[in-house]
Amino acid sequence: MGEPADLPDFSVAERDFSTVDKARLVSSLSRVLPAASLLHDLEDLRPYECDGMSALRQVPMVVALPETEAQVVEILKICAALGVPVVARGAGTGLSGGAQPHKFGLVLSLARFKKIIRIDAHARRAVVQPGVRNLAISEAAAPFGLYYAPDPSSQIACTIGGNVAENSGGVHCLKYGLTIHNLLKVRGVTIAGEIVEFGSLALDTPGYDLLPLVTGSEGMLAVVTEVTVKLTPKPQLAQCVLAAFDDVVKAGEAVAAVIAAGIIPAGLEMMDQPATAAVEEFVHAGYPLDAEAILLCESDGTPEEVAEEIARVRAILEASGATEVRVSRDEGERLRFWAGRKAAFPAAGRISPDYYCMDGTIPRKRLGEMLKAIQQMEKKYSMRCINVFHAGDGNLHPLILFDANKPGDQHTAEAFGAEILELSVALGGTITGEHGVGIEKINQMCSQFATPTLNAFHRVKAAFDPQGLLNPGKAIPTLNRCAEYGRERMGANVVQAHPDLPRF
Amino acid sequence: MSELIQAWSERIRAAAANRQPLCIRGGGTKAFYGGPEVGEPILTDAYRGIVNYAPSELVVTVRAGTPLADLEAALAAENQMLAFEPPHFADGGTVGGCVAAGLAGPRRAAVGGVRDFVLGATLIDGRGDVLRFGGEVMKNVAGYDVSRFLAGSLGTLGLIAEVSLKVLPRPVAEATLRFEMDEAAALHQLNVWAGQPLPVSASVWRGGVLHLRLSGAGAAVDAAIARLGGERLADAAAAVLWRGLRDHRDDFFAGTLPLWRLSVPSDALAVALPGEQLVEWGGAQRWLRSDAPVVEIRVRAAALGGHATLFRGGAGRSDVFHPLPAPMQALQRNLKQAFDPAGIFNPGRLYPEF
Repeated sequence: MGEPADLPDFSVAERDFSTVDKARLVSSLSRVLPAASLLHDLEDLRPYECDGMSALRQVPMVVALPETEAQVVEILKICAALGVPVVARGAGTGLSGGAQPHKFGLVLSLARFKKIIRIDAHARRAVVQPGVRNLAISEAAAPFGLYYAPDPSSQIACTIGGNVAENSGGVHCLKYGLTIHNLLKVRGVTIAGEIVEFGSLALDTPGYDLLPLVTGSEGMLAVVTEVTVKLTPKPQLAQCVLAAFDDVVKAGEAVAAVIAAGIIPAGLEMMDQPATAAVEEFVHAGYPLDAEAILLCESDGTPEEVAEEIARVRAILEASGATEVRVSRDEGERLRFWAGRKAAFPAAGRISPDYYCMDGTIPRKRLGEMLKAIQQMEKKYSMRCINVFHAGDGNLHPLILFDANKPGDQHTAEAFGAEILELSVALGGTITGEHGVGIEKINQMCSQFATPTLNAFHRVKAAFDPQGLLNPGKAIPTLNRCAEYGRERMGANVVQAHPDLPRF
Repeated sequence: MSELIQAWSERIRAAAANRQPLCIRGGGTKAFYGGPEVGEPILTDAYRGIVNYAPSELVVTVRAGTPLADLEAALAAENQMLAFEPPHFADGGTVGGCVAAGLAGPRRAAVGGVRDFVLGATLIDGRGDVLRFGGEVMKNVAGYDVSRFLAGSLGTLGLIAEVSLKVLPRPVAEATLRFEMDEAAALHQLNVWAGQPLPVSASVWRGGVLHLRLSGAGAAVDAAIARLGGERLADAAAAVLWRGLRDHRDDFFAGTLPLWRLSVPSDALAVALPGEQLVEWGGAQRWLRSDAPVVEIRVRAAALGGHATLFRGGAGRSDVFHPLPAPMQALQRNLKQAFDPAGIFNPGRLYPEF
């Protein structure tokens, strides 16, 4: 036991797929797919060359756009038989290059799986196809007074299949949980073409619970063909408190004080002064510009409950040294408070030609340390960084500002980002809270996990996909890559696409 | 790494080399649950204590052998709790056993189960390798979420040495309401209430009586009481009721007939099998005391969209858990093999095949 012999080959070095025969693949696929569902000319493949990590570009060999689960089964069987890499893709809004195509592989787009199959209001669940947009579920559930709670910032565009692949979060996770907490069942197809259901309509399943393994697996274990989500009753009322602080550490302590008082706010967000200034100029939310940090704390529930919680939050923030506390007086004002926070990413794009968004999560009590360290890094790299945080759960989104057209800037931004990730690990946190590892953070996985644990991840992968065909090269680094890490840096470019989408 | 973990790791390596089965044991309070215990005992109770607990982080990291009662007392001192309300079937249950069994109490439908609160774990696998998954933060998508996957694995994947759990504040206010209604009406009403913004934290229906527990902010509980009506139970009686359900000390759980747990969609029809029944989790958990044939109960549970576990009264039997569909069974067998290639951990406790 424990000999390297029981490790899959792909755990040591990435497999070489250069012998994949495109003509053979296309002819096999054309037997199971209509012509309109199969793309293999360069001009048709171009739109698939990247996801939200737009400068990591790679044109795939073939793109398949199946419309039925039976077609997905056939496609996967063909790819397994021919040894072809498969990269599943939703809306392509991911920020870590998880859906970056493989040069010798197939992109399996679930874009045509767009049906909301059923809203079962009485049992509070929705059965949807993976290409349904996150927000579309809440819109369909709204007439029943229900919604789908996880709200990643790209929710107008991102799909539920992608949310399952990334275990996406949002601004309301502390109270309402991540994707995993809001799923009942995921139906998927393995690389062998077997249809498997993970989870069920009941609250548990017999044997091992594979739902948490599949959720957040970045398309490495199975291809999702149907998702059943839990729907949550819409709170009657939401109200938001905006507090200003003259010191970021004090603001961090205020966050801890709110939670220590036994309050789980619906949202708890923080922005530093440069971020506040950037968004204020953009959306005129009325934020205090002299504050070193501002906090947004939202309460939701019945009117009585909200009134009680807001009063407690207000008292705690004042006792924690807030220089100013405002409570939203109506829905318009609440949305204005949030408008600035939600515009942080576009605002960064407005004040800088490019920005690089990080996603580390750290224990909340280390927030002050992290911010101070980032200030030092700004000097070290001569590059600005504005900071927005999901403060309630310690998830940081530092936005490193750079200019991709300036020689060396991209490289510097990457080095800056890598140092933030390394520090996140050193402070007891993680390199990614909700954006995924993809290809972007794959080197830092070597810092976060020791070799035995990485080996275990590879064995989990092999339990589902022994040939290593689903999304090869992503999420879990090979042992060779970890050995090289530190000696070399990826030459990839890091600009993230969809500047028009709100990101928070 | 602690000496104890080192010693366990060496012992596991030696057992794997000799294909010697090991029976991982915490407090032994759930020995009745699952297939037979086989192998040399490996006791976790010496590895105890809270490693890290910062109440404002809502996270606690605990050694597996820590008595569950000790952990809960430490959390209560900070006005926090394990929100999934793990059962204490007897004194002495451990945190490791709680995670390995993956059993949750009355609050399950409202807040989630054990796996929903697991944030990280240290596991010694069947090679004796010490593996660390997840961490101590709420949001973490680095690597496969193996720590949550361990919940309910009954020690068949490895020795869970430490776990990090999300904790929550205790509710400020709580009240229990009593209603008289038949089963069909109760199942309907529970689903209706769950679709409204009400602070329902637990429910139980038995013999024509439905009890509903409300937990949350004082104002929210008061508003719900005013809206829902019913008869309010005295706090002491309510505490006895919910504790009795959590720990199976309620008289329903006494007796000799086999005890079945049917886990079904909350809106599933009445189970309608011979025997006495108790409904929890807003309709999603149906307890049944029945000597109806195993196959009849399993067929009915599956027809309702769920599964059936022979929870008590199946000691020594190999068919305690609902059979798996073939592709799922193959995946589970592969995963068992990935973590425990020599098949030494608690063999047969979950399924005879692995």
